[in-house]
Amino acid sequence: MIPFSSFFFFILIGILLLPTIILGLRGKRMQGYNMFATVVALALIFSKDAHGALLLFLFTVWQVFIIRLYLAYRLKANQASVFYAAVVASILPLVLSKILPFFLTHQPHQPAPMNWLSFLGISYLTFKGVQLIIETRDGLIKKKIPIHRLVYFIVFFPTISSGPIDRYRRFEKDMDTPPEKEAYSDLLYAGIHKIFIGFLYKFIIGYLIHTYILMNIHHISSSHFVQQLTYMYAYSMYLFFDFAGYTAFAVGVSYIMGIKSPENFNKPFISRNIKDFWNRWHMSLSFWFRDYVFMRFVFFMTKKKWIKNRMAVSNIGYFVLFLLMGAWHGLALQYIIYGLYHAVIMSGYNLFEKWNKKHKWWPDNKVTMVVSIIITFHVICFGFYIFSGKPFHH
Amino acid sequence: MEFKNQVYGIIAEVCQDDVVKENPEIAIFEEGLLDSFGTVELLMAIESQLGITVPITEFDRDVWDTPNHIAEQLAEMK
Repeated sequence: MIPFSSFFFFILIGILLLPTIILGLRGKRMQGYNMFATVVALALIFSKDAHGALLLFLFTVWQVFIIRLYLAYRLKANQASVFYAAVVASILPLVLSKILPFFLTHQPHQPAPMNWLSFLGISYLTFKGVQLIIETRDGLIKKKIPIHRLVYFIVFFPTISSGPIDRYRRFEKDMDTPPEKEAYSDLLYAGIHKIFIGFLYKFIIGYLIHTYILMNIHHISSSHFVQQLTYMYAYSMYLFFDFAGYTAFAVGVSYIMGIKSPENFNKPFISRNIKDFWNRWHMSLSFWFRDYVFMRFVFFMTKKKWIKNRMAVSNIGYFVLFLLMGAWHGLALQYIIYGLYHAVIMSGYNLFEKWNKKHKWWPDNKVTMVVSIIITFHVICFGFYIFSGKPFHH
Repeated sequence: MEFKNQVYGIIAEVCQDDVVKENPEIAIFEEGLLDSFGTVELLMAIESQLGITVPITEFDRDVWDTPNHIAEQLAEMK
């Protein structure tokens, strides 16, 4: 059962979380029950996918083993090589699952071979594992984490299939500080509200765009150019409403479970420039790459002094970030080019921003703000057009 | 006070603006005195001049928002 894909799923989860709600409204601790509820929810999600369940189990065992082993080591020593080995071990399952399809032979006239290394959530769960290893390296995690807490963080069911990507210390704080009755009651209402927003976004708006525009492009116009343009706008809107809708479900159910999972979207289509956009779109992913890839890269380069030019380091950092992000979506042309596209736009904007600060060519007033928003909107929609794969399937 | 002044001095150097020393409650990021790059330079200066290592992932702009708060955070980490 794909999480959040049917009303039946919501009804089952609603029943499953009744004890959680009752405990919360009485101001009592609920994370113990939530751990049990997570196991039941996972059983529901993987009920017809024994292979996926097995992979999830093996993956979790692997991550927990690496994280605890590295943490035990780090409490005594801190060699860089061991850190890198731990990171590689943590991302290994994901990397292998991305590469495997290229080695599977596809027989003509047969359905595509199953990627037997991949399972629902593998891409998102890997972020959580790596994040723990990096924070351990940085000395931010100073004591052993009990296995059940680690597992709960990794397989927390509302966010298992597509995030948002949470961080361990933030999650732990929510686990350890149960809200008072009144605070929980607010959280409960907020969570239910979010779930209904999700219904509107994903099941109504997203569905309508998909059914009446995306599936109907040929009837909307006969001009190839207009078709592609319509597809670009419609797909961008569809992607937002579908993904933001899913996120609303994930965050809403999290809130009901007393965990304030981070948000993913903040009115992305009014972004004034590409930097603003990445502070508004898929925020949990963007901030993860910013904190754990970009900032580390910049820090490393600056410390080692291999490249002195700040602008160069910054722009190379953006290329590393966005190419990695593109490849993370999948090793397909559309995703790699999407990554490259954003890398170029970001670097270009970075250069322009600095130049403009000096030469004050583009003023800052209401008119330029509107124009900036319109330009940025089109830049990002074109990016989504690439992401959709449509331009490559002609 | 000595330590705080030292911290303010480092921040002023990285921001290239003495307003940091004059007004320790100024919101550094909001006022555009420092960007992500400046953050990196600041942490490196703190490491080399004060001997305090602040991991980049620890740096939360909402917490380390004014020179005063930065000095307080660093004092705790000494």
